[in-house]
Amino acid sequence: MAQTMTFGDSCAPLTSHAWNKERNQIAFSPNNNEVHIYQKEGNDWKQTDNLVEHDMRVMGIDWAPNTNRIVTCSVDRNAYVWTQNEEGKWTTTLVLLRINRAATCVKWSPMENKFAVGSGARLISICYFEKENNWWVSKHIKKPIRSTVTTLDWHPNNILLVAGSTDFKVRVFSAYIKDIEDQPGPNVWGSKLPLGQLLAEFPSAGSGWVHSVSFSGDGNKVAWVGHDSSINVADAAQGKAVIKLKTEYLPFLGCIWVTNNSLVVAGHSCIPLLYCHDGDQIKFVAKLDNTQRKESGGLSAMKKFQSLDRQARIETNDTFLDSIHQNAITCINLHKGSKANAKKFSTSGLDGQLVIWDMESLERSIEGLKIA
Amino acid sequence: MSATLKPYLTAVRHTLTSAMCLDHFSSQVVERYNKPEVEVGTSKELLLNPVIISRNANEKVLIESSINSIRISIMIKQADEIEKILCKKFMRFMMMRAENFIVLRRKPVDGYHISFLITNFHTEQMYKHKLVDFVIYFMEEIDKEISEMKLAVNARARICSEEFLKRF
Repeated sequence: MAQTMTFGDSCAPLTSHAWNKERNQIAFSPNNNEVHIYQKEGNDWKQTDNLVEHDMRVMGIDWAPNTNRIVTCSVDRNAYVWTQNEEGKWTTTLVLLRINRAATCVKWSPMENKFAVGSGARLISICYFEKENNWWVSKHIKKPIRSTVTTLDWHPNNILLVAGSTDFKVRVFSAYIKDIEDQPGPNVWGSKLPLGQLLAEFPSAGSGWVHSVSFSGDGNKVAWVGHDSSINVADAAQGKAVIKLKTEYLPFLGCIWVTNNSLVVAGHSCIPLLYCHDGDQIKFVAKLDNTQRKESGGLSAMKKFQSLDRQARIETNDTFLDSIHQNAITCINLHKGSKANAKKFSTSGLDGQLVIWDMESLERSIEGLKIA
Repeated sequence: MSATLKPYLTAVRHTLTSAMCLDHFSSQVVERYNKPEVEVGTSKELLLNPVIISRNANEKVLIESSINSIRISIMIKQADEIEKILCKKFMRFMMMRAENFIVLRRKPVDGYHISFLITNFHTEQMYKHKLVDFVIYFMEEIDKEISEMKLAVNARARICSEEFLKRF
């Protein structure tokens, strides 16, 4: 049902992870300034490279599947694009972000000719390659962002960008760069698309910091999760009205569409949950992790006295939680399939585990679960 | 456990569990710094509403949280002069060794006797549910500890005075 992996001996949190196109290599950061690359060999994962260029914690990693480039961004205000040379060594290309606070998140555009970096400088840098100087230059989207940008996602048309920030708002911008792209046509979100044009803003008073945003596979819907444990969906085809569902769980840190109507969310509750957007409401579908805590069984009376003796406490609730992940899940990525029809997705979190979830076997194992 | 202690601790536990959802967050005011937002308070949007849970006038907990840190301040029950002195000395003893306690703050917040500061770095290194357990355990034990010390001091004082008064 779910496949759990840990890398190396360390149990350091995984800050972010990214897969290559064949899904046999993974890049992640063990919560420091390094980015490790592991390759699958048989059933084992072997470390093939260690990318050390940043000097502070890496916040975001994204792997462009077709062009095989990795972009990383970090608290040290820099981003690097890594390309593989003939011998398989990764080399960096400079990115001129022109920001003076931490970079928090990074995402390749679907065409992989540009990427967006969110930062604590209250702006988004849209970066594209400049051949004559052999570096990546950036253009800024500044207005009207009022706080740190925490999360980004690209529209499938390669032009629109959705960003969530700690000023409680989600905004859809145009990230059209006229130097490298043809004039885009109108779409459901808007028709005038100069760079930085604000196409939609979803204020949600009292809703808290936005932790994750996601465009749906068809690009008409945008979903986000905030610190108020809510799940929100706005549909451009239906007048951009916001549908909100407050849940009883701890705040979510990640959300991703797995079909055009279903989305998976996960966060501080340590379990991924499946929700479905249907008409004008969001409905709970299933908990995807039904792991039960292993009962230690047998010597419970003895255990009780031992714990009473050692810790002066009767209850023996041990360290393990009723879930696969033992600490907050911070990152969700698709592993197989697309946003419109995902087959597998992967989650990583503060407990240093990476878990791959198979939708088909989940559908089989959970009674009455139908992912539509 | 007395009848009112249990719901009090349960309320604190639930509040802590939901308040301790911390994230890595670099300062958006100072370049290349990472500061506990609950302490610096430079960006208002990053702070949550503080919560006070009180059992009675002398026993309460203040929980202030922010995007990357949470501050828990505890007011400890002090019934008489001896308990006051004992509490003061004991807290002073611990706070002087604050770095060994990792999550302890060097100074309590005004009006409280002891404060903990838990940041996202702590929740990354330690299990969150165990951190919550620790705070609850501390609250359970501290009253017991102080009343035991009070008994010990009283007993000792009684023996001392007995020995002293034997001379007359």
